[in-house]
Amino acid sequence: MAAKTIDPLHQFEIHPLLPIKLGAVDVSFTNSSLWMMLSVIAVTAFLTLAMRHRALVPGRLQSVAELSYEFVAGMIRDNVGQAGMQYFPLIFTLFMFVLFGNLLGMIPYAFTFTSHIVVTFAMALVVFVGVTVIGFVKHGLHFLRFFLPHGLPIWMVPILVPIEVLSYFLRPISLSVRLFANMTAGHAMLKVFGGFTVMLGLFGIAPLALNIAVTALELLVALLQAYVFTILTCVYLNDALNMSH
Amino acid sequence: MDPQAAKLIGAGIAAIALAGAGVGIGMVFAALIGAVARNPAIQSRVQPFALLGFALAEATGLFGFLLGLMILFVF
Amino acid sequence: MPQFDPTWVASQLVWLAIAFGVLYLALTRIALPRIAEVLENRHTRISADLEKAGQLKDEAAQVLAAYEKTLAEARGRAQALIRTTSDEMAAAAAGREADTARRLADQTKAAEARIAEAKQAALANLRTVAVDVASAAVERLIGTGVASGQIDAAVGAAIKDRS
Repeated sequence: MAAKTIDPLHQFEIHPLLPIKLGAVDVSFTNSSLWMMLSVIAVTAFLTLAMRHRALVPGRLQSVAELSYEFVAGMIRDNVGQAGMQYFPLIFTLFMFVLFGNLLGMIPYAFTFTSHIVVTFAMALVVFVGVTVIGFVKHGLHFLRFFLPHGLPIWMVPILVPIEVLSYFLRPISLSVRLFANMTAGHAMLKVFGGFTVMLGLFGIAPLALNIAVTALELLVALLQAYVFTILTCVYLNDALNMSH
Repeated sequence: MDPQAAKLIGAGIAAIALAGAGVGIGMVFAALIGAVARNPAIQSRVQPFALLGFALAEATGLFGFLLGLMILFVF
Repeated sequence: MPQFDPTWVASQLVWLAIAFGVLYLALTRIALPRIAEVLENRHTRISADLEKAGQLKDEAAQVLAAYEKTLAEARGRAQALIRTTSDEMAAAAAGREADTARRLADQTKAAEARIAEAKQAALANLRTVAVDVASAAVERLIGTGVASGQIDAAVGAAIKDRS
């Protein structure tokens, strides 16, 4: 790559760090895997270190750890109800994993694994399949009534049911694409403005200032998308558990 | 037409999706501000819905973005 | 675009599963129980404190009620005392007043009796004086005494006329 051309997508490339072959399948430890592991370590270390005093009156760090716990717990309670609390560890893990993946990705030269559709789609698919299984286990075949909204005139059934089914199956796609596209677009935009800064020399101060603002926005987006991913998981779980539809 | 040129034009057209997302996000937050201005006490109750609405509205724009990326890089 | 490169899909999925599994285990085994424990502790502590505060409040209310009851009793007793005392004093005053009135009435009656006596005596005296004056005047006028019986009768008639 030439020095002064912008390739905003270069940052999303995956390099193998430790080649591993499992039969014919390449499962090398890549930079993506490295950042996944780093975010795992960061989440665990943060929560464990923050709670090491187990103080009755929390310090600053402990407050943040407790806040994240209460935040996810409150989200589940508000959106799913008390019945959803048994899925709390899973949803909390999902939230922290996505959040730290997004936030660690904001470090310059870091790799953002949440900007990979494979990763986000895998997580969304797990959520989707899990929620669907929960729905069928809880309601049996009655869960299929989910696609038949209450009080529907009979002539509208052939129109609306396919739409409901389609929108249901679009859920994992929209869930994963939202996260992936937000992260990709944000980081590509940062890279583009960074390239402008280098290219313009002295006048590069303008895109630099813009880049600072965009960085702040991207931090917000990192938080917001983790929140949205989690709250949509809660909403889907609520649909399966309570069938409010 | 040169396939490369067609791809670029197609990606550009896909960016029009952002207009809808922009209008949607604007409406979501306009409604949020209107609601909070009328009744400030309601803010904590409507804000999650606003963020959810924002995410859903934004997703439509992102589908367009995704479409553009796919046109440019996949085909 | 690197995201659509199929080369690393398997690696991504495998490492995502490993990372997520490790994180899930680490959180459920280590991190979350701690947070839950601390929050639970705080919750029980706060509710215990609240309970204690409620108890203390109840106690304070009881003490206040007892105090107010005592105060009301004391006030009632004081009022009863005041009432009886004032009744007694009023009775005593009335008795004394009646005594005084009776004594005054007695004295008045005695005085009236004395006055009547004196009047009687004075009237009796007046008659003798009048008889004496009349007999003396008659003796001067006519030079000779008149039977005192006649004069007495005349004075008696004159007194009867006047009175």
